[in-house]
Amino acid sequence: MTEELESGEAGGERRRPVEPPTITIRRPFFRRRKASPFAHPEAPKIDYKDVKLLQRFISERGKIVPRRITAVTAKEQRALALAIKRARELALLPFVAR
Amino acid sequence: MPFYEHTLIARPDLTSQQAQSLGETIAQLIADQGGKVTKTEYWGLRNLAYRIKKNRKGHYLHFNIDAPAAAIMELERTERINEDVLRYLTVRVDKLDDGPSPVMVAKASRDERSRRDREVRGERENKGERDEPRHEDQV
Repeated sequence: MTEELESGEAGGERRRPVEPPTITIRRPFFRRRKASPFAHPEAPKIDYKDVKLLQRFISERGKIVPRRITAVTAKEQRALALAIKRARELALLPFVAR
Repeated sequence: MPFYEHTLIARPDLTSQQAQSLGETIAQLIADQGGKVTKTEYWGLRNLAYRIKKNRKGHYLHFNIDAPAAAIMELERTERINEDVLRYLTVRVDKLDDGPSPVMVAKASRDERSRRDREVRGERENKGERDEPRHEDQV
C-alpha cells in the first residue's frame, strides 16, 4: 500500500525492496589495515612547502595527527613531522589554531 | 657545492617590487661569495599562520642555492641584520627541484579558478539572470 504510493511519487523509479542484511560474523573487531596514502606510485612527495598536503595530517587544533589514524608508515610519519615543523617555522602552518 | 633551499619572509609594508629587489640583492650576495642562485620564486604577500613581530602578512621569497657553506653563513648574517626580513629558513637538500614549488602550483591554480569564476559570473550578468534565493532548509 505505502509502497505503491511512494513509487507513484517517484515517477516510475521503483525502490528496491530492502533485503535483510546478510552478516557473516567471523572475526569481530577485525578491521583491514588501511594502506598508506603515500604508497601510491604517483603520490606527492612530503615537502614542507606543500601546505595543502600537510594540512591533511594536522588536526583542527594544528596538532600532528598520530599515524594510527592516518595509516602512514613510520618512515613517512617522521618525514611528515619534520615537514610540518618546518612549515610552522615559516608561518605556513599554525603552532596552535584558534 | 652543497644545495640549499632558502625561504624568507619580508615585512608586509614593502612593495612587491621592493621585495623582489631584495631577492636580487641576495642573488648578488651569493654570487659574490662564489655561489649561484638557480631559482627564485616570489610567492607574493601571504597571510601568516600566526603573527610575527606584530605582522599578519608577509612577502615570501624562495631560492634554490648552490653555494659553499660560508656563503650561507654570510647570507644568514646579513638577514639577521636586515630589518626587512622577518624570518628565514635554510634547508639543505640532496638535489634541487627546478620545477615550480607546490606553493606556486597552488597559487597558479587558484588564480586560474578565480579568473574562470569571474568569466562565468560576467556571462551570467550579461544574460541578465540572477541567482535564485536559496532555501537550504527545504532541500
